[in-house]
Amino acid sequence: MDIIQRDMSLTGQPPVNLSVIQKLATVLGISGLGILTLAAFQNNVASSKPLFIFALLAIFIGILIFSYDTYRNKLPGIKNDGVWLHSLTNRGLWGWIAGIILTGFYVVLYFYPSYLGLNNDGSNTGLIAFFDPLSIALSGNPASQWFVYGTLYTIAILAFGIKFIWKYRHNRYEKLRTLSVMFFQTAFAFIIPELMARLNSDSFSLPYYDLKNIWPLNYYNFEQYRIDGFISAGDVGLALLFFGLISIFIVTPILTYKYGKRWYCSWVCGCGGLAETAGDAFRQLSDKSLFAWRVERYVIYSVLVFVIVMTAAVVSSYLGADTSKYWLTKDVFLLGVALLLTLIFALIFYFKREALTKDAKFGAIGYLVIILTLIGLHYSSGKSLFIFEAESLRSTYGFLIGSIFSGVIGTGFYPVFGNRVWCRMGCPMAAILGIQQKLFSQFRITSNGSQCISCGNCSTYCEMGIDVRWYAQRGQDIVRASCVGCGICSAVCPRGVLRLENASDVNTRATVQRALHIDESGVRVIG
Amino acid sequence: MHIVIIGNGISGITAARFIRKMSDYRITVISSETTYFFSRTALMYIYMGHMKYEHTKPYEDWFWKKNRIDLIKGRVNSINFSKKQLTIDDAKLVTYDKLIIATGSKSNKFGWPGQDLDGVQGLYSFQDLQTLEKNAPNKNICKHAVIVGGGLIGIELAEMLHTRNIPVTFLVRESSFWNGVLPEGESAMINRHILNHHIDLRLNSNLQEIKSKDNQRASSIIIKETQEEITCDLVGLTAGVSPNVDFLKNSDLELGRGVLVNRRLETNIRDVYAIGDCAEQRVSVDQRRPIEAVWYTGKIMGETVAYTICGQPRDYAPGHWFNSAKFFDIEYQTYGWVFAKPREGEKHFHWRHDDDTKCITICTEEATGKFLGINAFGIRMRHDIFDTWLDEEKTTDFVVANLSRANFDPEFYRTFERDISTAYQREFSTTA
Repeated sequence: MDIIQRDMSLTGQPPVNLSVIQKLATVLGISGLGILTLAAFQNNVASSKPLFIFALLAIFIGILIFSYDTYRNKLPGIKNDGVWLHSLTNRGLWGWIAGIILTGFYVVLYFYPSYLGLNNDGSNTGLIAFFDPLSIALSGNPASQWFVYGTLYTIAILAFGIKFIWKYRHNRYEKLRTLSVMFFQTAFAFIIPELMARLNSDSFSLPYYDLKNIWPLNYYNFEQYRIDGFISAGDVGLALLFFGLISIFIVTPILTYKYGKRWYCSWVCGCGGLAETAGDAFRQLSDKSLFAWRVERYVIYSVLVFVIVMTAAVVSSYLGADTSKYWLTKDVFLLGVALLLTLIFALIFYFKREALTKDAKFGAIGYLVIILTLIGLHYSSGKSLFIFEAESLRSTYGFLIGSIFSGVIGTGFYPVFGNRVWCRMGCPMAAILGIQQKLFSQFRITSNGSQCISCGNCSTYCEMGIDVRWYAQRGQDIVRASCVGCGICSAVCPRGVLRLENASDVNTRATVQRALHIDESGVRVIG
Repeated sequence: MHIVIIGNGISGITAARFIRKMSDYRITVISSETTYFFSRTALMYIYMGHMKYEHTKPYEDWFWKKNRIDLIKGRVNSINFSKKQLTIDDAKLVTYDKLIIATGSKSNKFGWPGQDLDGVQGLYSFQDLQTLEKNAPNKNICKHAVIVGGGLIGIELAEMLHTRNIPVTFLVRESSFWNGVLPEGESAMINRHILNHHIDLRLNSNLQEIKSKDNQRASSIIIKETQEEITCDLVGLTAGVSPNVDFLKNSDLELGRGVLVNRRLETNIRDVYAIGDCAEQRVSVDQRRPIEAVWYTGKIMGETVAYTICGQPRDYAPGHWFNSAKFFDIEYQTYGWVFAKPREGEKHFHWRHDDDTKCITICTEEATGKFLGINAFGIRMRHDIFDTWLDEEKTTDFVVANLSRANFDPEFYRTFERDISTAYQREFSTTA
């Protein structure tokens, strides 16, 4: 069976070959990256503003020219020719090389920023200094490793976003969705927080805040330094803190009810934005096996429990016990969290018992862990939970989940595990939205009667590893917690079988099978 | 009870799955093509690099053992119906209590001179795909390809070769692509779409012969009408398929072009059934052809025969006709009957968008205004809605007025119901 695959990858014929224009575009893009690499080592390079502008433009324009040449001679339609023939996108040699380089970049970024030129005392050097002019222009402050990362991240989403729009120029859903993530990244994640930093003074210090980054994705949002910052910034700060709270507890459930988790995961979120644009070439690499689905559920809900425990521990560690100073004491907080969770669980178990089936057990275990934690926090003094320090819980979470999982593995391994590993396996925000989507949402992917020919394009190109075909071939609508509503299954379907929809039949969404089947009255399509 | 199924395509596998759902019978599926079931319709995507073979398998490999469906890879050479025994690969004997023949199709060859040369092939099986990978791995080894036969497989093969930049000459016997099935306006639009993809489309062109320089490999073909010789390294024979039943000839089993079956899918021999592409209905069902090489009919036949074998006999009743296909970038769906030319007492309404990639044709019964069927190109439609409308015998006036309810295009797509309705009113301003 695999002989034919080997033949294929050896021949190197179109669509695997690069055209002359694509080669030149690659050289241009690589030269931009080369200058950045050089800047990391050479201080004299790092002080040249024109060179800095050239490097960023070279990367940006290199990607654009490459993409333009890829699609310019093709009629609008699905453009997956050769995806599994090219070693970059079929987990071949170039895929692994790209994966290792990206992973290396993340390791340096998160753990060794000094190699990028971050100096704890004194001004920046190297690569970070190279970005100083842009940072100063925006926020008035010198750059940090996060500014470098944010700039490159934004460039990637914009350039690959344009590529994606070219690729799907026949599909308005894809075009609008991509424009949306490009906008939210550029405005909310990149420019607005930098401008907000301009407002800061000695007495007024808003924490860096990407407004679309909602707890628990933004797991540090309720840490003491940020709360202090919000409070010190008066009304504006309190408004932001309030916004942080309502976005997870009010805005999120309403929007997810109406549109499914896609409103966030594939229209707004920055992680999703990168996955959908720069990561699009790797979506087919996600694992569709039943085994992977099982792993996914264990891992993502464990992360969710972890982030709730960690946040509760951290918040309770800085709340006082004296009610006369402030109404929100440690015990009030713990009791509040326990009551809220109990209420949520009680409602789910009351209204949605059937929908949970086997998952009910895991839900109960997760709930128990959190409640025990809260009790533990109540009886523990100071800043610890049982034997753990709240601070060490936080730093462990930050290291394991925030850095290793979402960054190094989640993005670094795009060319190996696919572009949504973090979103699928690790993101606690996606976990919450997923529970909402599965239980209380109008969203589903409709299967169109009996038209499915089981070809497998939908499953292959599902970045979340959902075996879409399994549902489509039996004419069943797809309601899965992990679906981010990217719409690609619908786009690549050659027979017009799949459609992302919102409709009011929330409780019976996933039960109807529209394929032709034999029943008492003969063969019919069930409408 | 031992159920043996020959063929692991969609029909045989659907039968096996439903027999397992309804019974504890021992089930064996025999195939010489691949060990595991894969989606034949996805073969083109493997060559195009959209998928790998493993992605075309609808069930993971553990599925079969878990569901106690035994798989044998081998070719059935002969069947002894009186002993209820089959011979596999001239060696292995397997006995059955009930036998389901689901051997599918093979590519048609019409006795063209040179049709058995190397470099001449059809496109139906996994082995055909492997052969194609040898014959046409790239444009250096395959400098030019000729495809003979303008049907669904022919246009797929053209699309496949096009993705590897192999120049293609496409010989179509008819005066317009697939116009035995498609109405004129649609067929003409697809002609233009094929040309837009730089395929050398030759209408009204028959193959006279395939020539070889070394008497081994095809090196050129001659077009009958023009006597033009076209040099090529690959000749794709895609002039339809016919039932793969040669190994059953000279047996007691009654054959027509396929294995003859009644509505219960029973053959003339007790405990032997035939389903899918290889089965031929003694009496056609509705307006369907006696042999239907269509994905979903294979599925329904598999399910039907499973009910019958498990003691709840059912007639094969596929319901209202529908189908779909894709011509390069243009999707096609059909619900109900729209024939190439309106038949006696029928009329067609045709609408085409200016961009030349979208059109519909609706067929109406003239006397009553009853809606008979719709062809949709470049616009997705809902199967269940049209199935209901056909059940309820709605009029075309109703269908046109309610067309937006049937639209299945992705969100935010431009809609054309108003254009269609306006054009319809202009043409048949009877009820307006």
